[in-house]
Amino acid sequence: MSTRGTGLWRWVPIAPATALLLLFLAGPIGYCVWIAFTNTQLTGASGSDFVGLDNFRRAFADGDFRNAVRLTLVFTFVSAVLGQNTLGLALAGLMRAASRPVRTVTGTLVITAWVLPEIVAAFLLYTFFRREGTLNAVLDWLHLPSQNWLFTLPILAVSFANVWRGTAFSMLIYSAALAEIPRDITEAAEVDGASGPRRVWHITLPMIRRSIGTNLMLNTLSTLSVFGLIWAMTRGGPGNRSQTLPVFMYDQAFLKSLIGYGTAVALLLLLVGSLFSIVYLRLMKVEV
Amino acid sequence: MRPTAPLILITAVTALAAGTLTACGGGSGGDPDTVKVAYNRSTDNKIRFKDAHLEAAKKQFEKDHPGKKIKLIPIQAPDNDYATKAQQMMRSPKTAPDLLYEDTFRINSDIKAGYLKPLDTYLPTWDQWGQFVDTAKAAAKAEDGKTYGIPDGTDTRGLWFNKAIFAKAGLPADWQPKNWAEILDAARTVRKKVPGAIPLNVYTGKGPGEAAVMQGFEMLLYGTGEDPLYDPSAKKWVAAGKGFQDSLDFVHTVYSEKLGPDVSDALDPNVGTRVATEWFPEGRLAISLDGSWMGQNWVNKGPKEWPDWGKELAQTPMPTQNGQAPGKVSMSGGWAWSIPQKSKNPDLAFDFIKTLQTKENATRWCVVAAQIAVRKDVAAEPKYLKSMPGIDFFTGLVQYTHYRPALPVYPQVSTAIGEAMEKVTTGDASAADAAKAYNDQLKTIVDGAVVTK
Repeated sequence: MSTRGTGLWRWVPIAPATALLLLFLAGPIGYCVWIAFTNTQLTGASGSDFVGLDNFRRAFADGDFRNAVRLTLVFTFVSAVLGQNTLGLALAGLMRAASRPVRTVTGTLVITAWVLPEIVAAFLLYTFFRREGTLNAVLDWLHLPSQNWLFTLPILAVSFANVWRGTAFSMLIYSAALAEIPRDITEAAEVDGASGPRRVWHITLPMIRRSIGTNLMLNTLSTLSVFGLIWAMTRGGPGNRSQTLPVFMYDQAFLKSLIGYGTAVALLLLLVGSLFSIVYLRLMKVEV
Repeated sequence: MRPTAPLILITAVTALAAGTLTACGGGSGGDPDTVKVAYNRSTDNKIRFKDAHLEAAKKQFEKDHPGKKIKLIPIQAPDNDYATKAQQMMRSPKTAPDLLYEDTFRINSDIKAGYLKPLDTYLPTWDQWGQFVDTAKAAAKAEDGKTYGIPDGTDTRGLWFNKAIFAKAGLPADWQPKNWAEILDAARTVRKKVPGAIPLNVYTGKGPGEAAVMQGFEMLLYGTGEDPLYDPSAKKWVAAGKGFQDSLDFVHTVYSEKLGPDVSDALDPNVGTRVATEWFPEGRLAISLDGSWMGQNWVNKGPKEWPDWGKELAQTPMPTQNGQAPGKVSMSGGWAWSIPQKSKNPDLAFDFIKTLQTKENATRWCVVAAQIAVRKDVAAEPKYLKSMPGIDFFTGLVQYTHYRPALPVYPQVSTAIGEAMEKVTTGDASAADAAKAYNDQLKTIVDGAVVTK
């Protein structure tokens, strides 16, 4: 296979796909990177001059940007790492022990939340959390104090919404991973007198380590870029108390017309995502 | 780990980030016989008077120009999103409409961006242009002296109040506050004596957008002194001074003393719709700092039938801060029809403007949309003068009115003001801190060219 002709010929079948990828993926991405280094605006002074690292310098000096980074970390940690991941694992574990009808019902409910379009889920949760919403109606009925969740605890409300919506994915990954654990190992541990929690800690978790890593990474990356859910529920408000990076980016690029600056923020978001991924890869030593 | 892993990852994440920033455009290229007309449809599904007016004009146009077609492109979105969408459409000849309805405060920004076409070649041969009053002609005139839009109406602003609630609170039916303090006093009286009623609505925050900045903030700010936002003699923007801070403080007082609507309602983008279709008609709101067009919500075929609104509500001018001369203040804006630079049918588009601006159509528009007339002949029309209770009151405010600085950066300045308002409304910042943050933003927007007054 080392003759010069065949080497080139091997590229022919994938040439169209490569060309398409370059045109529709690499092209726009390259354009985005270029825009991030210019002062392009959607309206007003036209022209887009190269301004070097100005946009990035501006971001680090911008209190609103720092606030967005902070909220993004909170949102990602609470809803992806803590919420979806733990709840998904717990559900998967409980469902292994449950009877078939319980499994079917639970699985259907959880997966329904996941397959709903993001905007539909967002409106459902908006009506759940709003001042005259379902949650407060239930609390009133239980004679517990109700409050205006979207206004007092917006970042927690959207985090919860994201947990509600995305847990199914973790549940499926963990269900598959738990099914892979050989029965005889767990039985041997039981015979040796290991308690439930100890079995989980010493046997189950190490055996599904790779699934945990993969799941955390996929969850984190998808949570970092959540926009529609937050936009429909709070628009990043009140003030900027639920303005995560994607919302901040939209606000700068399309509401303040600063496309250049918004794109620079998008690149920084990319950086945050890469950092997370590298950390997970190091921690888990996962094969991708 | 295989060496390709980071590459795969980075590509995946990049694709994610890039995907969120690429806007989609719809629509097809031009057809020489079709005029594509983009306009903002109300987010309230019951408000369709603009659509009806344009449909009627479309029928008329297609009858007068056989073989030509008007394609209406309604964009149903809050004002800020509508503007963004329109700007994106105008970026490409494939998606650019031939005619666009635009708020005059954004027009200079879009002219500067090169989105719009000057109309000066059409104006000399158009016999109706002489009917427009000078302020209206200036509304869409850019720094280069060319005209880029044809305005179809204007508006003024003042205080609307509910007489029944005022009677319950023991306040006069011919209420005429002399300064800000008297407005706050009246609101406090309502809060005390009429439980359950919202005493005073002042639009605020990022959600309502320009409605909050103009109806809320600038109605206060322009009552604090001369040229408080932009100094035309120095040609520079004015840094936030005492008047600016006092105006923010007024907003802060309204919301911290619970004189306004619930803060979360006030910050909702649809609060304007609620004022018009719920709070006023249901008798739950005492005072609203609001626009001359309110009546259109309650007349025939409006979103909320309310035959008695003329009897139940009254209007009074907004006073200056301490009653200093001229004692009253109003702000005016308006919308205009423009032709995008990338339009494929500019000539035919201007023909449609002519159809929209026949005397009959212009009058009908001012009547159905509760606009203040910008044409001399329409302003003298009995049909217009009798169209709505209070139209004479709001037309009378024109002598006290101010226009927003018609400069390209105004929309960005407006956004910064909206943020400052939101901060003091939620109580996240004091008026002084919010004013300082505004100053920092203003310097960025105008490259440091500001004056202190």
